[in-house]
Amino acid sequence: MTMKSAIAANRFGLGARPGDLETIEKGPVVWLLDQLQGPSRQAGELRKLPGSAVVLQEIDEIRKADREMRELATAEAAPDIVKQYGRTVRGHFSAQSEARYRVAADSDHPFHERLVHFWSNHFAVSVDKNPLAAIAGLYENEAIRSNISGKFADLLIACEQHPAMIMYLDNQRSIGPNSTLGRRANRGQRKRAVGLNENLAREILELHTLGVDGGYTQADVTTFAKVITGWSIGGAGNAGRFLEGDPGTFEFRESIHEPGTQQIMGNRYSQKGLQQGKAVLRDLAIHPSTARFIATKLARHFVADEPPAALVDELVATYLESGGELSEVYETLVGADAVWLEPHSKYKSPHDFVISTFRAFDHVPDRARLVVGALDTMGQAPFRPGSPAGWPDTAEHWGGADALYKRIEWSNTVSRVVGSRVNPVDLGDAILGATFSPESRKAISRAESNVQGLTLLLASPDFQRR
Amino acid sequence: MLSRRDILRAAGIGTIATSLPGWALAKPDSDARFVLIILRGAADGLAIAAPYGDANYRKIRGELSMPAPGEDDGLLRLDNTFGLHPSLPGVYAQYEKNQAIVVHALASPYRSRSHFDGQDVLENGAAGTASLRDGWLNRALAPLGGSLGNEVAIAMAQNTPLVLRGNNSVTSWAPSQLPDADASTLRRLQDMYADDEFFATRLVQALKSQEIADSESSMGEMKLRNRNSQQQRLMMEAAARFLTAEDGPRIAVLESGGWDTHANQGTTSGALANKLAGLDEGLTALRDQLGEMWSKTVVAVVTEFGRTVAVNGTRGTDHGTASAAILLGGAVKGGRVIADWPGLGKTDLFENRDLMPTSDMRSMFKGIMSDHLSVPDSLLDNTVFPDSVTARPMRDLIRS
Repeated sequence: MTMKSAIAANRFGLGARPGDLETIEKGPVVWLLDQLQGPSRQAGELRKLPGSAVVLQEIDEIRKADREMRELATAEAAPDIVKQYGRTVRGHFSAQSEARYRVAADSDHPFHERLVHFWSNHFAVSVDKNPLAAIAGLYENEAIRSNISGKFADLLIACEQHPAMIMYLDNQRSIGPNSTLGRRANRGQRKRAVGLNENLAREILELHTLGVDGGYTQADVTTFAKVITGWSIGGAGNAGRFLEGDPGTFEFRESIHEPGTQQIMGNRYSQKGLQQGKAVLRDLAIHPSTARFIATKLARHFVADEPPAALVDELVATYLESGGELSEVYETLVGADAVWLEPHSKYKSPHDFVISTFRAFDHVPDRARLVVGALDTMGQAPFRPGSPAGWPDTAEHWGGADALYKRIEWSNTVSRVVGSRVNPVDLGDAILGATFSPESRKAISRAESNVQGLTLLLASPDFQRR
Repeated sequence: MLSRRDILRAAGIGTIATSLPGWALAKPDSDARFVLIILRGAADGLAIAAPYGDANYRKIRGELSMPAPGEDDGLLRLDNTFGLHPSLPGVYAQYEKNQAIVVHALASPYRSRSHFDGQDVLENGAAGTASLRDGWLNRALAPLGGSLGNEVAIAMAQNTPLVLRGNNSVTSWAPSQLPDADASTLRRLQDMYADDEFFATRLVQALKSQEIADSESSMGEMKLRNRNSQQQRLMMEAAARFLTAEDGPRIAVLESGGWDTHANQGTTSGALANKLAGLDEGLTALRDQLGEMWSKTVVAVVTEFGRTVAVNGTRGTDHGTASAAILLGGAVKGGRVIADWPGLGKTDLFENRDLMPTSDMRSMFKGIMSDHLSVPDSLLDNTVFPDSVTARPMRDLIRS
């Protein structure tokens, strides 16, 4: 068995299942490229989830009932509604988390699945903001899953228009000062001036496209915030405002959109309405700074914390020549010699570690609670990066002493459950192939019990890296 | 059966106390404790300590203005200019006992508005760039005498934040609900990791903090799965236990997220008030749990930058520049606001929108490191905070 099969399965995929390496051995690069369009039919786990519009409508209904209760001042009814709200949100979160990790544990397209997770983290939302916990997994499925192998511009627009992103970065009520509604409100001498919220605009430039040193200024942030005023959600209103549009879906609100031609990074945008923001996003998508930012992140994720400059340059060139065609960028990535040289250059994140463990035992987790709990304990609770930058992607972040200890404890716990059903040395050979080091192999073969051997295998540097 | 201490001892590292030769002149107070709390997301200094006495305050803060001291739910009066947020009664009690300082119009050298670069500069101590890969507090550990298996500093988290990353050995700890691995497995892991420094080092560090946690009976049972308001308090209490344990660390770093109040920030109640109340509860728990050690302690509560002075279109504030920091502890010479107040008039603001920074956060940290932890000034000027000679240490923060 060659090194290349093990790298394909463990670095580019989500970890080998027993038997996978034999399949991959026939042609690792082809095995990867054949996955790029994903499975022909979406996994049943994902199909059975309700859409984000349905979930958001459900939440809106609960909130509406809560408001009505408060207005009637029937205080004794309110706690039930708060409980119902919590139960609803938690229920959706559990179902979506469970689906995500079941699909990952079971996927025959693990490279595709890893890319879904990569982009989901690039365009991160975090469930510590309400009510993102109810739709974070749906956002991944709806905005990201079907767009990861096309043009980056399409992926970008799909993410920025998804209600999850608009809510997460507060754009739904950002109001152009010269929009119809803005002028009316500010003329009215109201105590509160209405206006912009620049959160989404800034993070698109800083985190989604150009990168922090990508060449934009504070003035560009403010202008871009004006350009995307009106990018909102149907039925998102409170107090009788903003009720038009289909609840829980993207809604462009002309009434709060800042009119007029705008200039961003030297380019003029004279488009009207929604088209203006899309035009800016399309230009940002093919900007050289974006190409470099994306290329560097991809190379860091797949090759090394400090990725080789020549590889990044190659990816940038493909990106720019193809106008941000992501499948071509992936093809350049897996076709580069540099990615196949060093089998253990990446320290797994807890997310990687947990998924690859399930795959090693060819086990599909049936209780979300266990997966969510394990990831939380190891420092990477699902869909909870805590910031729009997403989770970091380097060993210096994941390499905390306590974090390693938690991995050891979890390895031990899992191994006790699996017990004596699996021989640890055979399993190591099956999933690590040529990347199973003689040192680890020896240590594991001398273990005093099967459980201990499995613990050592999961905690071994060979399995902890990819 | 082997204990964790035995495993450490067998590895030959647990009991070696080292002192670095270059710092023989420093006489560190080995009882001095330091706790750094990083509020991630840019906490609003103008809400933490509101300048109610500034003539422009109400005009420019509009609906997010806090009621003045003496009004219902009013600010807690610090002096004629500043009032503390009413959700910080515990901090205020320390202030009245001259054990808390508010430092205002304070900023790191970073002048753009990215959270992530801003946090990097706050933590790496660089003169303004995000690229330095280790943390200033780690670089300050050199003269304090720690070593692998005998760490001076602990991160209260699974992973180590940038401010503590670097060449000096530090440890980390967070509560677990997972069953322990047995000693025999741990010893075999140490053997297996012997040739891999990344794993070998981390295992020793983790075993050390587990050893301390084991000696504190109730700590192993801490349940923190719910991210409710109790979490901050429990983590603060755990930090205090590490800091008071025999042979334990003297420095702890804690983090708190969720301070990025772009929408519906609130005033005396609401999102920010709730965050502050949780922080206050945590700080009070830290003080209680530290007991007598509180008199030797300095706690610094800091954030990466401030928020816009004016309210944005969604009853929140956007990313700004200067903010406020809170210092508290028995070792703090408190009861004062330290601020070279720049004012809130239109022309007083940084880039017409943010509170103008007039104090350098590095100066504050240097004052604490020098006067409290006896870190030599030459090390602070050149290594801990590179190229920072012009950022003079703030003297007089620490009770002598």
